[in-house]
Amino acid sequence: MSEIEIRELTKKFNVKEHTVTALDHINLSIEKGDIFGIIGMSGAGKSTLVRSINFLETPSEGQVLIDGVDLAGLSEKELRKKRSEIGMIFQGFNLLEQKNVLDNICFPLEIAGVKKKAARERARELLKTVNLEEKEKAYPSQLSGGQKQRVAIARALASDPKILLCDEATSALDPQTTESILQLLKDINEKLNITIVIITHQMSVVTRICKKVAIIENGILVEEGVVDEVFESPKSDAAKELILEKKTQYLPIDNLKEDRNIRIVFQDNSSYEPLVANLILNFNKPVNILKADAKNVGGKARGEMILGLPAGEELQDEMIDWIRQRGLIVTEVKEDV
Amino acid sequence: MFDEKVIQMILEGIRDTLYMTLVSTFFGYVIGLPFGIILNVTKKDGLKPNKIIYSIGDFICNIIRSVPFLILLILLIPFTRLVVGKSYGSTATIVPLVICAAPYIARVVEASLNEVDAGVIEAARAMGASNLQIIFKVMLVEAKVSLLNGVTITTGILLGYSAMSGTVGGGGLGDIAVRYGYYRWQTDIMIVTVVLLIVIFQIIQHLGSFIAARTDHRKR
Repeated sequence: MSEIEIRELTKKFNVKEHTVTALDHINLSIEKGDIFGIIGMSGAGKSTLVRSINFLETPSEGQVLIDGVDLAGLSEKELRKKRSEIGMIFQGFNLLEQKNVLDNICFPLEIAGVKKKAARERARELLKTVNLEEKEKAYPSQLSGGQKQRVAIARALASDPKILLCDEATSALDPQTTESILQLLKDINEKLNITIVIITHQMSVVTRICKKVAIIENGILVEEGVVDEVFESPKSDAAKELILEKKTQYLPIDNLKEDRNIRIVFQDNSSYEPLVANLILNFNKPVNILKADAKNVGGKARGEMILGLPAGEELQDEMIDWIRQRGLIVTEVKEDV
Repeated sequence: MFDEKVIQMILEGIRDTLYMTLVSTFFGYVIGLPFGIILNVTKKDGLKPNKIIYSIGDFICNIIRSVPFLILLILLIPFTRLVVGKSYGSTATIVPLVICAAPYIARVVEASLNEVDAGVIEAARAMGASNLQIIFKVMLVEAKVSLLNGVTITTGILLGYSAMSGTVGGGGLGDIAVRYGYYRWQTDIMIVTVVLLIVIFQIIQHLGSFIAARTDHRKR
């Protein structure tokens, strides 16, 4: 049984006289202990999707099952109990500005009726987990963004949740802080075996810590799978666009219209052969390197390169075959990507 | 310059003014605070929207607020007599002051609660908080500074209204100003009472702002 099971989930909003379908028959299973990424452009419906997992948004149709329990069948009180077992962190941190760090972390325990002394002990433990012991008396306004998110994570963990939902949790942070927050989430996942669902528009977040990914576009789930595989050979246009992270707009693709552009992904074992040099020597024709990048995907090094091939369809096909024979994954990059 | 009798009278006036202002602010909040919370919670995008309750509350609020205080004071005489047994003096003035202040306070409270970040309320819901917990542990706590500023403004306004009630025998400094300054042409006594009202107002305003700033943890 999956820890989170989403079946035929549809959410419609009424905006004046129009009905907007934010989510359209989404099916998704998230297993215990996974770090699951849900990625999409803004407005794709991913925030609505994550809010459906703890019923902050009530679905129009379909079901959400947590540990096999259908949330729609719960009473108001049972639902609140269930929500306390699902931690959540946000892009805007959403800390109580008038309470200090310690009281913020105690807050979910206070709601659950835990005695003050026990709550404070637990909060201090959690401050240790997120490395902020010295800030217990500080107020949120005195903290940096990264520190605020650490407090929010400690607060989300206070009630011992089995699931942690992250809604664009690193989008307001700079790259270094993002990295440290992601590392913290990964540690928490490993140490406490908490299932983590990450909503983001940044592919780098997904490739950094997620095991599995789902791609949402216009309320529809267009692609889903293991991060490695989706990164190596994205099938949907949305996935390709997200993986290229729009950097293509800086590429001089317009000037290379007759050419064919391909994307190659290198794995650890393929980085030794001087591929481009050998390709040129072999065919005696120039190729144009449009982009080259290295990424850390799930702890493994992955190289990525976009090549502009010389004219001649037959030659291009031969070149692609030659690269494929060397165990590399090749996908075509269209002009409009 | 004044004899002992006049000084005694002015001191009693200060006492009565403070008594009317502070007691009516207190009872104004006893009614106005829950009233304001209900308005905020039942409004269209509130915590628990309820069109009927909101419309009734909104209507009552607007009706009372659109009656000028002086007229309310006179209209309420039978009711005041019912509650405190007489219709003149400072205790009697508290009744119309409270009735006048409560809907005003409700609006001030409603607006203060509107300022609470929707994200923080959502976070509390995600933690499994009930609506009552959200009102008392999140909204009132986060809106604390704005609510305190509201208390200061309300107290200042009630100070002015209590003085106004002097025209119909309400007691306090306003009463002295009307009786001596207006009916007996003793300008000096009137000036003293006005200066005292200004001083009291300043103290209320500064004390209120000071307390609000001290309890605010948002910036430091």
